[in-house]
Amino acid sequence: MNDPLLFRPAQPGTQPDNNSPQYRSTGARHPKQPLLAWPHTVTEATGPQFTPAQFAPIVDLSMSGGKLAMGERIIVRGRVTDEDDRPVANTMIEVWQANAAGRYNHPGDQHDAALDPNFTGEGRVFTDADGWYQYVTIKPGAYPWGNHANAWRPNHIHYSLFGAGFATRLITQMYFPGDPLLALDPIFHTVPDAAARERLISKFDLDITKPDWALGYRFDVVLRGRLATPMEG
Amino acid sequence: MSVATAFQTIGPYWHLIEHPEEADLTRFGATGEALTLVGRIIDGARAPVADACVELWQASPEAGPHFPGWGRARTDANGEYRFTTVKPGPVPGRGNTLQAPHFALNLFARGVLTRLYTRAYFQGEALNATDPLLNLVDDPQRRASLIAKPEGAAVWRMDIVLQGEGETVFIEV
Ligand SMILES: [Fe+2]
Repeated sequence: MNDPLLFRPAQPGTQPDNNSPQYRSTGARHPKQPLLAWPHTVTEATGPQFTPAQFAPIVDLSMSGGKLAMGERIIVRGRVTDEDDRPVANTMIEVWQANAAGRYNHPGDQHDAALDPNFTGEGRVFTDADGWYQYVTIKPGAYPWGNHANAWRPNHIHYSLFGAGFATRLITQMYFPGDPLLALDPIFHTVPDAAARERLISKFDLDITKPDWALGYRFDVVLRGRLATPMEG
Repeated sequence: MSVATAFQTIGPYWHLIEHPEEADLTRFGATGEALTLVGRIIDGARAPVADACVELWQASPEAGPHFPGWGRARTDANGEYRFTTVKPGPVPGRGNTLQAPHFALNLFARGVLTRLYTRAYFQGEALNATDPLLNLVDDPQRRASLIAKPEGAAVWRMDIVLQGEGETVFIEV
């Protein structure tokens, strides 16, 4: 059996360090021993393949039971590619977020802001053959958190992607352009490279915007690519 | 060429995408030797990690319509997670090596910015002695952190320590 191709290591500065003291919760939750260096095997190079039949899509978060959620409706559209700019087709994307008031529909969220009975905050979409995805939601509100005095998370939507294998797994957050809280957010700033941070910010897009209905935002995601092509025998 | 998108933490509210049935990999009718994998996750202050997302992947048996190969579980207030699945067999390693049966485990949580990857092997498995990954870990205590222990019939325990004494071996991925 041929050895699987290795997925590329991260470009320096483009990924956060799990030991990031400005984000206080990392203190007791990052390993202090070095990671075990290990070349990818079938375990890391393969991964789950999700199908809409078994994982039903949720493409419109802006209403529930036929009733509109409160807040500003938006369309989020983007493309998932790998580092070699190839589309990642038919891959599952999970999203979750706070409501327009900045509150999660979650028992752990005790922020004194309104819950919305018509907003759950969970989405699940699949990319098409060319890597494109789209969903409709409500623009999430900012919310306070306990990291430091007067700490507020910028508006964001959480993302979960799988890609081709276990090694391409990605959990990230999409931010919004022009948000004054981005400059102050320790989690956003755990990514050292400014250009890599910038790529976590969606872009307002008039072409995605639907007249008389909703503003559109573009958010592209890049999953890891493979290091080299195999020797063909 | 493009650069891979940066990770950001899964945060404390990821349960919005949690579906408890996903912790049962046998739910589509998998055949094989059913087992339960349980474990407790603690942090560097020896406190339970009560808000973690644990994901399991196994390359064996091969995933298909009756077996997703993948599962997701939450930790409870005591830091405990639980999966129901079927026993994996050995899988090829690089070169002409053979890897002992194991699960791949990804940990995500508030305070974890990327993901922590480790493996759960099975105590008593003869192939452990020649497993290429286990053999990279010289310290017997560290190596033991990668090996699930039997706990009653068809129940295996894989506790995880994020930091400090008894810290689990985490693997580069
Ligand atoms: Fe959040």
